[in-house]
Amino acid sequence: MFENIYPQLIGLCAGALLLTSALMVWRHSLLASIRLLALQGIALAALVAVIGIAEGEPELVLVSLLILSVKGIGLPWVLAYQSKASIKQIQESPRLNPTAALLTVTLLTILSYIVVSRVFGLGDSSTGHAAPIGLAMVLIGFLLLISRRRARSQLIGFLLLDNGIATITFLTSGGVPILLEFAFSLDVLLVVLILHVFASRMRTKFGGTAVDQLRELHD
Amino acid sequence: MISFILWIPLVGPLALAGFSLLPGTFALRRFVGVAASSAVLIAGLLLVSAVLNGAVPETGGGMLRADALSAYMISVVGAVGLIATWGGLSSAASSRTKVAASYEALIALFLAAMSLAVLADSIGLMWAAVEATTIATAFLVGHHRTGRSLEAAWKYVILGSVGVAIALLGIGFIYAASVGTDTPTLSWLLLSQSNLGLDPALITAGGALAVLGFATKAGLAPMHSWLPDAHSQAPAPVSGLMSGVLLSVALYAILRIQSITNLVIGPEFLRIMLSVGGLLSLLVAASLLIRQRDYKRMLAYSSIEHMGLMAIGVAIGPAALPSVLLYILGHGLIKATLFVISGRILQVEGTPVISDVRALLVRRPGLAIPWLIAMAAIVGFPPFSIFFSEIGIIMAGWSVGLGGVVAAALVLLLVIFAAFTRLTVQMTIGAPPDGVAFTPDYSAHGPRLPIILALATTATVAFVAEPVGTLLLQATAVLGGTN
Repeated sequence: MFENIYPQLIGLCAGALLLTSALMVWRHSLLASIRLLALQGIALAALVAVIGIAEGEPELVLVSLLILSVKGIGLPWVLAYQSKASIKQIQESPRLNPTAALLTVTLLTILSYIVVSRVFGLGDSSTGHAAPIGLAMVLIGFLLLISRRRARSQLIGFLLLDNGIATITFLTSGGVPILLEFAFSLDVLLVVLILHVFASRMRTKFGGTAVDQLRELHD
Repeated sequence: MISFILWIPLVGPLALAGFSLLPGTFALRRFVGVAASSAVLIAGLLLVSAVLNGAVPETGGGMLRADALSAYMISVVGAVGLIATWGGLSSAASSRTKVAASYEALIALFLAAMSLAVLADSIGLMWAAVEATTIATAFLVGHHRTGRSLEAAWKYVILGSVGVAIALLGIGFIYAASVGTDTPTLSWLLLSQSNLGLDPALITAGGALAVLGFATKAGLAPMHSWLPDAHSQAPAPVSGLMSGVLLSVALYAILRIQSITNLVIGPEFLRIMLSVGGLLSLLVAASLLIRQRDYKRMLAYSSIEHMGLMAIGVAIGPAALPSVLLYILGHGLIKATLFVISGRILQVEGTPVISDVRALLVRRPGLAIPWLIAMAAIVGFPPFSIFFSEIGIIMAGWSVGLGGVVAAALVLLLVIFAAFTRLTVQMTIGAPPDGVAFTPDYSAHGPRLPIILALATTATVAFVAEPVGTLLLQATAVLGGTN
């Protein structure tokens, strides 16, 4: 029974990951992006749980709970930690217009399919077929990092990149040992907290969090 | 018994960090950084002596391990840390604040993270430790809380963690390659055994991404743009630590990755990548040093230059590795010294602009003389060990057929040498403006002994064949080279 729906479940989770990434590029509201990030964290946790059940590894189910708590709940909560009223008004004015951005997302996705199939071969496992999704997420994360102006939108780009890396790792190798997974999650959590503190210092110092203001240091 | 020493550089600084945060410890608080560095240095020297006696201490179920290379690196971390923290010792009055407590605690955490990075026998743990160095230094770079330091810290954390995230992707691929074999592992000891049968495509992609990621942290061009900002805005001892050892710890990570890829796909692939990165770094440093206006940024670009040359040395391979390792020590000590002195100059002169600091030799000989000696060492005058390292790398480059690369490097080094000489002369030599009364200031504005120790060590270390030379050869042998 499970063998039959296993490829479908992998496909469903990978599809959810790609869809949330594309929507993050499309939506300009910060709150919407944070909610999408939470959804993506849940999809990633589900993906890990499915792989864990299929391979009969209870450790992976534990990892999926860790991911759910950090990426699905913890990080979005840290990012949204601000009064609801003010966060709703924050709109991003990216350097790319939505159409161009979505077109770029499509091109990046095609590119990652080409790269993965050329370099590694897609193999015949259902996880191998989903692996390009992870690379596409990494590339879309880079797109967000370079096209967004606000500090916290860049932070979301960084987290998308990180989710993409986690997706690739789980799809290609079934995840790293749990102790390391724990260290990775802690590191990412701390980096996000630090950047969050810097973003609020920026707000008090410059009266806004547009990263464009940061051009005092140059040669 | 010996394996117990492995815990000292991790637990010691952590305990000291906790001590610094205790209320009511401000009389001793300012010595936390010095004590933490001393703990690391002593542990490093003990490990070196163990390694020279043929032991390879390991503990924590094989997670921590000190072969010759790790023992050498941990000693370098301790030595450079000692120079930077001792030279930049804060005054008793300023160490009473809460900010001072967290500053000292973060320095100790930073030292513990670097120690973990060089002692870990798992690429994954090494990665986590390198990322932890970014976390520990983020607030240290933004310590002054000005708009500029905030900008530097933001760029540093974003670029640093994105770079290291790319390295994580690479490590994921390397792990995926090992999953295809009998023993899935991230231990570099196991991965660098020749008969594992790792998938070459995955190792190529993984090695390239991991090296690219750690190169960002090592400040190699074209991923260097965070470095001048962070190093010029951080407090002087932090700049000294970051420039002197953090960059080298990232280079150490590259060395470990290289020892894995060399076995599977041969040295050619990374050789091209590292040569290009190294030459680009030299080019960036040369072009931006010519017109440099800020002396702390000048030191930062000098770090890019030296990391570039070290990367070329790594590209050359085993023939150049002893020189590269000696280079790491010499550059670390001298750069820490220079940053410490630059902090003192900034404090008494009140400006980081080169053209505003004039005739330092006449007005403040107490600062200008050590500055001039250290500058001579950093541009590569003998008897300082940087000279011998540079010669060693260039000779090794000729011998393995990378003559074109080292010739280009030599031309760029010449340009950098000229730029440095001009800027240093501008700062130190000359007469003060007419009609301004002054009395020569012979004060060193801080402890003299660490500066003297650093300069003396760098001037003599290249002549000590036993045990330094033996240790360097052993460390090279660890990386799969027999020289």
